[in-house]
Amino acid sequence: MATKTIATKIVQVNEEGFMTNPAEWTKEIAAEIAKEDGIAELTAAHWKVIEFCRKEGMTSGKAPTLRQITSGAGVTTKEMFALFPKGPAKKVAHISGLGKPEGCV
Amino acid sequence: MKKLLILGAGTAGTMVANKLNRLLDKDEWKITIVDQTETHYYQPGFLFIPFGVYTKNDVVKPKRYFMPYGVDLIMSPIEVIEPDHNRVKLSDGRLLDYDFLVIATGADIHPELTPGLGEHEWGQSIHTFYSFEGAQALHKKFKTWEGGRLVVNVVDNPIKCPVAPLEFLMLADWYFHERGMRDKVELIYATPLSGAFTKPIASRLLGDILGQKNIKVVPDFLVEHVDPDAKKLVAFDEQEIPYDLLVSVPLNMGAPVVAKSGLGDELNYIPVNKNTFLSNKFANIFVLGDAAGVPTSKAGSVAHFAVDTFGENFVRYSEGLELLPVFDGHANCFIESGYGKGVLIDFNYTQEPLPGRYPLPGVGPFTLLQESEANHWGKLMFRWMYWNILLKGQELPLPALMSMAGKWVK
Repeated sequence: MATKTIATKIVQVNEEGFMTNPAEWTKEIAAEIAKEDGIAELTAAHWKVIEFCRKEGMTSGKAPTLRQITSGAGVTTKEMFALFPKGPAKKVAHISGLGKPEGCV
Repeated sequence: MKKLLILGAGTAGTMVANKLNRLLDKDEWKITIVDQTETHYYQPGFLFIPFGVYTKNDVVKPKRYFMPYGVDLIMSPIEVIEPDHNRVKLSDGRLLDYDFLVIATGADIHPELTPGLGEHEWGQSIHTFYSFEGAQALHKKFKTWEGGRLVVNVVDNPIKCPVAPLEFLMLADWYFHERGMRDKVELIYATPLSGAFTKPIASRLLGDILGQKNIKVVPDFLVEHVDPDAKKLVAFDEQEIPYDLLVSVPLNMGAPVVAKSGLGDELNYIPVNKNTFLSNKFANIFVLGDAAGVPTSKAGSVAHFAVDTFGENFVRYSEGLELLPVFDGHANCFIESGYGKGVLIDFNYTQEPLPGRYPLPGVGPFTLLQESEANHWGKLMFRWMYWNILLKGQELPLPALMSMAGKWVK
C-alpha cells in the first residue's frame, strides 16, 4: 500500500489516490485534496456534504453513492455537480478520505 | 415440515430452487417458488438480437422447464413481503408463510424516471436492448437505419452486466462494417463512469480497444434529461450530446415489491452481508442475484458463483451452525468485441480484472483482458451451458471462488 504526504501528514492511499484509512483524515487534508481536485476553497455548502459523507462512511465503512448523498444530505444532483464538478460522488469521497464509492462495479 | 419460500424464478431463483432441492431432505422441507410470468429469458442474449445474431428462440423458454420435481411453482404477482410475520402476501390475497425466505426478484429498467427518455420518441429514435421487446424493436430499426450518430448512454450505475454497453458498441462497429456503412456511423459511449470501465487496468485496456475501433468515450456524463425533439442528451453539468439514434441503458432498480415491503435501499436493492447474502435485518431472509445490494456485478455468472457457495452454507445454517463468509464477489464476464472475437474478465470484491489466461494458468484457452477467437466461442457456448447446466444447478467445471493462478501481476 502506498503512502502520500498531504497537509504535512503521511496517509495511506490506494493506486487511485483514495485514502484507505478514513481515521487518518483531517479537515486540513480535505482542503488540500480539494485543491488538487480543482476546488480552491471549501464553503459551508461543501462542508455540509463532506460531513454527511464522513458520517455515512464511518458508520457503513464505505463511501456513499451520489444517490445516497442527494437523498440523505438534502442537496440536489444539480447542486452536487456545481459543488464538486465532474463525478461529484467520487470527488467528495476523495476529499472526505473515504474509499472510492462501490456503487460502480 | 420446514418451509423454504423463494421469490422470483429468474436466473438466481431457479438455481437456488434446483440446488436446495438436491441438498435438503424432502421429508423435512417443502420448497415453494413464486413468479409472476411464465417466460424465462436468457438475458445475456438480448445483446445479440439487434444485430440479428440471436432470435427469439435463442433466448426464450418456459420457466416450468427448469423447475425440479418436488418444488411447488406458484404463478402470481406478489403483493407484499411481511418479514415481521414470516409471510408473503400474493396479489390474489393468498398468504404464504415461511421458515426461510430467499428473495430473488431481480432488477429491471425504468426509462420513465429520466425526463424525456421513455416518452413519445421511445421506440422511434430512442431504443434499448435491456429488454426482450426493446432488443427486438432495435433489430427492426437497424434494418432501415441509414446511419448517423449513434450514442449509447448509461443513465446511472449499478446496471445489469456492466460490460454490455461496451459489447453493444463493439458489435455495432462490426455490424455496420459488414453492412458497408461504417463510415456513415459515428459511435459514442456516454457514461457516468470516469472511463470505459470501473476498475483502472480493465478501463485502460478496454478503452484502448474502443479507441482502435473508433468508438469515442464521453466519461463523467450523468444524464439529467433527454430532449426527444431536439434529439440530445443533457447532463447535470449542462454538457450536451446530440444523437440521431439513442440506445439507452435506463436506470436499473430492484423490484417495486421490495420498496413496498420496506426492505430496500434508494434503488430497491436489499442490504445483505456480501459474503453470505443474509439480510442485515432479518435472520431468516437471504437475497440472491440482482436483488441483492452487494458491490459486485449484477450478472448471471455472479448469481451462479453465489448460489454455488450459498447452497451448502444454507444447509449448515438451517442445522443451527454459523454461516461461513464464503462468497468473494467472483464475477466472470465474456465481452464480445466483434469480428468473431471476445475479451474475458475475471475478478472479485478485492481483485480487479487483470490480463492472463483462464481457466488453466498459462494455457487458457481463454485470454483475460485480451481479444481472442476462443473468448468469442466461449461466449456463444455459454448460452448452451446456461440452459442445460447452470439453471438446473449442476456443477460447472469452474471453481466458484476466484483464483489468482493464471493472472499476470506486475
